[in-house]
Amino acid sequence: MNWLTNFVRPRIRALVGKQGVPDNLWHKCTACEQMIFHRELSANLYVCTHCGHHMRMSAKDRLAMMFDGDSTQTIELPETIDDPLKFRDQKRYGDRLKEARAKTGINDAILVAHGEIGGIPAVIAAFDFRFMGGSMGTAVGDGLIAAARLAILQDAPLIVFPSSGGARMQEGILALMQMTRSTIAVQEIREAGLPYIVVLTDPTTGGVSASFAMLGDISIAEPGAIIGFAGARVIESTIHETLPEGFQRAEYLLEHGMIDMVVPRHELRDTLIRVLDLLRNRNPAAEVVALPKSEAAADDQGNPAPEL
Amino acid sequence: MPTYLDFEKPIAALEGKIEELRHLDTGGDINIAEEVSKLQAKADRLLSQAYGKLTPWDKVQVARHPDRPHAIDCIDHLIEDFTPLAGDRAFSEDAAILGGLGRFRRRSVMVIGNEKGSDTESRVRRNFGMARPEGYRKARRLMKLADQFQLPVITLVDTAGAYPGIGAEERGQAEAIARSIEACMTLRVPIVSAIVGEGGSGGAIALAGADRVLMMEHAVYSVISPEGCASILWRSGDAAKQAAEALRLTAQDLLKMKVIDRIIDEPMGGAHRQRNVAMDALGDAIAEALDEVIGIDGGTLRAMRREKFLEMGKTPLD
Ligand SMILES: [Zn+2]
Repeated sequence: MNWLTNFVRPRIRALVGKQGVPDNLWHKCTACEQMIFHRELSANLYVCTHCGHHMRMSAKDRLAMMFDGDSTQTIELPETIDDPLKFRDQKRYGDRLKEARAKTGINDAILVAHGEIGGIPAVIAAFDFRFMGGSMGTAVGDGLIAAARLAILQDAPLIVFPSSGGARMQEGILALMQMTRSTIAVQEIREAGLPYIVVLTDPTTGGVSASFAMLGDISIAEPGAIIGFAGARVIESTIHETLPEGFQRAEYLLEHGMIDMVVPRHELRDTLIRVLDLLRNRNPAAEVVALPKSEAAADDQGNPAPEL
Repeated sequence: MPTYLDFEKPIAALEGKIEELRHLDTGGDINIAEEVSKLQAKADRLLSQAYGKLTPWDKVQVARHPDRPHAIDCIDHLIEDFTPLAGDRAFSEDAAILGGLGRFRRRSVMVIGNEKGSDTESRVRRNFGMARPEGYRKARRLMKLADQFQLPVITLVDTAGAYPGIGAEERGQAEAIARSIEACMTLRVPIVSAIVGEGGSGGAIALAGADRVLMMEHAVYSVISPEGCASILWRSGDAAKQAAEALRLTAQDLLKMKVIDRIIDEPMGGAHRQRNVAMDALGDAIAEALDEVIGIDGGTLRAMRREKFLEMGKTPLD
């Protein structure tokens, strides 16, 4: 408990009277548990104003945050078969889909849009964790394929923001097949010579991490994001050991050489603009200068110098 | 002493009886011989009945049967001059994935398979078939090697999944699997995969991006183990049987969804009862699948392979 919940909140309640304050006007930080006024939080890109914790963002907010002004053009994604297996656990998958759609206002766990970022045309695919944990089924796989093809059509880079617990179990083997299908999407982008950048956000695990998410030409992660293949609980129950401090966090992956950089959300847009600009290399080709003999023994990759 | 599965208990009782009678020193007693053949006929009937109506959960048990032919047995039975190749060239050798050059029905091939091991020593050495990143990186290396020398690739899938461990995560389990999937989709040589036992999740698809995906009649192939699925969606491991039904992990369902291309019939009572018969059938199916794709130009073959996976999900079950 803190002054916000004890004092300010009841006072505001009193001020607005019987209607009360809609709960969504306040957020409790999942890390430090402090209360933050919604407007303040969204202005701060969903980064806790108290502790700097990066909270999950909806796909829509993510797109709005990345693209210039109002250049965001969300595209319609191909229709897929809902509930191909007629899957039912304690609840029907069909019902889960309906609920998730009602809750989020989107059709599945991914949004794809094109627009400009720092004046550079780009395609972005953003996951929405609120939609069944951002899990990847056929609709998400199709979304990634559509994003890759749109990028190729527009000769633009593709940036993907995964936020997903992994494959969508309710689609059984078809969810597993999305690992291959999303990888094909990456190959199409790569073969077209276009940059493919992945910004790993919390969480990126399971079948999503073990496919397109780990194949970026450049891999960026948000601070504190959980990134890994197996879930922490599964690992603990397999090895009967406590996991090291910071295990599977973005910083831990950086230290282990698995990603290029950890970038705070406030710097993300500028970083992406810089990286895209550098990758596009629109400058004329550098002049070719002959190496002096002494430096010609091997290049810095250890490759022997070509026969002179 | 053979291992009997739960649903094989009545058969176990009969076969025990038959063994007993056979060991009696009968001096050629005609009545006992008759009794034995009667019991045998009954056991066979029970067996064929039981295997004719296996539930998905039964199949999970059959697919994990310890006597089922493993990759190493299939290689031994089907591949001549097998020459194992080791290591990922970065960190270590991972015996959970076996791979190497060999000759299959007169053709030089690259074979890669998950190997679970068959006794305590080999199971520990092979980490029960659960590969670490090095295993997938080795697989990728061997696929590239095959591509370089125009050798068809055969993969034999049989794993509960990739290993969930601290070191595996630190060394990039996710990345290693992703790169192995990518390698399957990059090859310009034919690749044929057979799900011979358990096709467990990411650890399986890492090796199963193939021109032809074959599956043994009682093998299973799934996004998650029924136990894992049950504990997440039913919040109880006891629901594994229901999860196995819901996941549609049998070869019969996967063929309908066009996720696999062909089912390989198993001998009566499952591959573990007549291992050589099962492995011969596997060999014939692989040979036929290879014949279908060998000779297709590499670029075309790769485009067709990708197209096949892109088309998945468009055929509803039922
Ligand atoms: Zn906080």
